[in-house]
Amino acid sequence: MNTDKLKQDRQEEQDKRKILSVCICVHLWTKKMVFNNRLFFVLLSFVLSGCRGSQSALDSAGVQSARLENLWWLFFFVCGAIYLIVMAVLLAAFFRSRREQKRANSETQPDVMPNPEREKRLGNIVKGAVAVTIIVLFVFMIASFRTGRAVNSLREAEQPLVIKVTGHQWWWEIEYQDRIPSNNISMANEIHIPVGRPVKFELQSTDVIHSFWVPNLHGKKDLIPGYKTTFVFQADKPGTFWGQCAEFCGHQHAKMRFIVVAESPEDFNNWVVAQRQSSVQPATNLQKRGQEVFLTTTCAQCHTIQGTPAYGRVGPNLTHIASRSYIAAGSLPNTKGHLGGWISDPQKIKPGVRMPMNSYSSEDLQALLEYLQTLK
Amino acid sequence: MKRISKILILSLSAFTFLFVSCEREERGFRVEPPSAGRIESKQLTPLQAGVPTANPPVHNEYEENAYAMAEGKRLFSYMNCVGCHAHGGGAIGPPLMDAKWIYGGQPEQVFATIVEGRPNGMPSFRGKLPDYQIWQLAAYVRSMSGQVPFDAAPARNDDMKAKPPENSIEEAKPIKNMPRIP
Repeated sequence: MNTDKLKQDRQEEQDKRKILSVCICVHLWTKKMVFNNRLFFVLLSFVLSGCRGSQSALDSAGVQSARLENLWWLFFFVCGAIYLIVMAVLLAAFFRSRREQKRANSETQPDVMPNPEREKRLGNIVKGAVAVTIIVLFVFMIASFRTGRAVNSLREAEQPLVIKVTGHQWWWEIEYQDRIPSNNISMANEIHIPVGRPVKFELQSTDVIHSFWVPNLHGKKDLIPGYKTTFVFQADKPGTFWGQCAEFCGHQHAKMRFIVVAESPEDFNNWVVAQRQSSVQPATNLQKRGQEVFLTTTCAQCHTIQGTPAYGRVGPNLTHIASRSYIAAGSLPNTKGHLGGWISDPQKIKPGVRMPMNSYSSEDLQALLEYLQTLK
Repeated sequence: MKRISKILILSLSAFTFLFVSCEREERGFRVEPPSAGRIESKQLTPLQAGVPTANPPVHNEYEENAYAMAEGKRLFSYMNCVGCHAHGGGAIGPPLMDAKWIYGGQPEQVFATIVEGRPNGMPSFRGKLPDYQIWQLAAYVRSMSGQVPFDAAPARNDDMKAKPPENSIEEAKPIKNMPRIP
């Protein structure tokens, strides 16, 4: 009877193997189909396209972010390989135990037989795995330490470009500091930097902790109220990169974004010269009316426009608002329509934002928009 | 049976308490404040000609909302009220944390004072701030003299408190080898 059962088991096992081999063949065949098919590559490129772009740490545009990217890939491949090995061993363990249970003859032998030789072998495997784990962790530690040193080793140039970044709920105040105070530039939510020159950032906050993060250029750095942190980085290729507050800071944390425009030194100098100018004076009657609206209503309580009596320090400086690409900390593209909507009802676009709702007559609003559009 | 009903009542009341505390922090970003139109008939003094007319007091809902009053507190610094009134103690302008009011301490009177300005230095904020922000400011101003519900009133900033917060006070240690008095 026992022999019959054994035969039956063997038959079952053979059947299983046949089914498995058929499965593998089908799998390989479909895989070949998929590889021949362009769809596969389209899908692959879709998956990988998530890693490219203007807000990705895996598309580095500077030395420091390149080091961080390498570290990320090292972690990814090593951890991925370990995951696959662990899963393979786990699956093997499942099937192995089942096979052994069947082979053990339930009537004559106990379920588990002591097998010192095998146990020694398995023990060695476990010891080896522990050793490999420790080695891998040390490799990670050393790699991470070296990356950290490399990232922080970038020193400011002899005449550093100093940019003071102040975090507000929920926008970024950007000030370019010059030895001559009248050359200072006050911006909001947009940073221009020259390519290939280290830029020093001085970060501080007026309310809660924020975190300054431009994934394409560097890691994160916190902005802490009452404590100045500094940060040096450099862009190696021109482009426009998105930055984002990376520390939860309240209602509109997600809409606290900014852009970093890395451009050639010539373009950068031109931009600086343009930004140092006082605001454009209104030319037409409509623009003059718009300026009057700005100065006599709520706007001037919080905003500054250089060259006018508006010098509120609560909100962003609007001297050159028309030169910016986005308004409301990266929430909306800077167009006349968006600006109008934003001025009339910012609480709808960014609930909880510090800017109040304003009820202007349509003539006043049109004049105001006309004036703001001239502030290049 | 009696015990079950007791438990039921207890748990129900606990639930009500839970929900009551939710409203304290409710953030109405587009809450309608009391109408500013009613302020036109405000009175600064009970003296008037002819038959006395009673004006029903204005109820400022922001006085029960912690968020609105915190916004008022922020505006109090942003709009440079602190420049003259300090943080309620008064400097160039009169103090706001006592029980004495020159132009009245009712919500609508505080609102009118901010909108219209007052002689000897108080500027008018008419058209410079939206009405709802002035109501938030009025609620905060009244909170400084303890005229709003205690659970919603904003706290004073840590740096203005008479003693440091409890977690930054060093723990008192018993003195070792203290000489004994014979």
